[in-house]
Amino acid sequence: MSEPDSAWTTGKVVELERIGDRFVTVRLDVANRVDHLPGQHYVVRLRAPDDYTAQRSYSVASEPDDPLVELMVECLPGGEVSGHLHDVAEVGDVFELRGPIGGWFTWEGEATAVCVAGGTGVVPFVSMLRYAARHGLGDRLRVVAVGRTFADLPYAAELRDAGAFLALTRENLGDRVAAPPHAEEVGPLVDGIERAYVCGTAGFASFAERLLGEAGVRRDVIRVEQFGASG
Amino acid sequence: MPVTRGFGHGPRRGRPDRLPPGQYDTGRDWPVLTAEAQPVIDPEQWTITVDGSVDRPHTWTWREAHALPGSTYFGDIHCVTTWSMLDTTFAGVSVDTLLELTGSRPEATHVMAHCATGYTTNLPLEDVTGGKAWLAWEYDGRPLPAEHGGPVRLLVPHLYFWKSAKWVDRLELLTRDRPGFWEQNGYHDRGDPWLEQRYQGDP
Repeated sequence: MSEPDSAWTTGKVVELERIGDRFVTVRLDVANRVDHLPGQHYVVRLRAPDDYTAQRSYSVASEPDDPLVELMVECLPGGEVSGHLHDVAEVGDVFELRGPIGGWFTWEGEATAVCVAGGTGVVPFVSMLRYAARHGLGDRLRVVAVGRTFADLPYAAELRDAGAFLALTRENLGDRVAAPPHAEEVGPLVDGIERAYVCGTAGFASFAERLLGEAGVRRDVIRVEQFGASG
Repeated sequence: MPVTRGFGHGPRRGRPDRLPPGQYDTGRDWPVLTAEAQPVIDPEQWTITVDGSVDRPHTWTWREAHALPGSTYFGDIHCVTTWSMLDTTFAGVSVDTLLELTGSRPEATHVMAHCATGYTTNLPLEDVTGGKAWLAWEYDGRPLPAEHGGPVRLLVPHLYFWKSAKWVDRLELLTRDRPGFWEQNGYHDRGDPWLEQRYQGDP
């Protein structure tokens, strides 16, 4: 269960890193912060001088014991909020924030789980992996991260170093030839799991659900978080 | 709340006249958002049951439901993730029609929609009666796609769209409110987009 009341608060940008021309990580010092569960998200709201606002949800990449809340934002074409975070935001800026939100797509080590992410869908799983590392729960969490290339996949190096299986579709990686992940590769990772998490676009989610099904995972243990048109 | 430095000069995606606060127009791009794996439902096997605090609990098959007087919704839908889609057309049957046939007991106050995946969502009875809610099996003149809840979803367009449960197969009338799936997981109990009732703690 999440905290029953997540009121609006503010967060000050302490660190901001633009990665390539598509990604930006923003690390915020959040006022009156309520610790999140790995997998939860925050809403970021921007406010114009005439009180016009725009808001979007972003998954948290940091783990609860991190003194800052880290959001990873992909810049989408015409994205009203992501575009601002990408092009305008600077250290010292203050944003309206609300969170943590969501009590379903969360993991605290209560079940042995496999996570399948496409692209920026890795973000909640980065939080789960960091949490698992801090609490010695690494053997209960397996992550499959799918991206086009290593450079295209957010947190690719961190995921690799944490033991995630990286499936690149347009670039060879070590001995692995560029291809979408297939059931034989994923089979060993789903052995003995009690829960599965899928995060990515709607198209990716249906691919991942099919993949997990072929690997023998029951549909009713799959939890899904999709992102679509939101900028 | 503070003004965001440098924000507010670019093009705005929100159109304040028709969009509830905090929403933007997604155009014809209908995002797919679910919490569970998409089920495979054969319309010939699908049924809808109305039970709980009713006089005559009843189950309709796909064919029986289609034999009921049809009803169409033309208008806007609003998702809590901040997209709205304007001028949509859904066809199906009004929830009023089902409740006329089952009756509802005087003590019934709420309804729980149940879905094939186990997803649930709760609504006050008054939010699904009086021409405000449908079982929808067509979108824009075509069968409702599975990823959008086909063969049949609940449609309650005046509330945030998580209330419009996909793959609905049962409406259970309740004598008291009980939280559904998202309502247990941090979302608002009612979900009126014009009041921005997104999460628990909102007005």
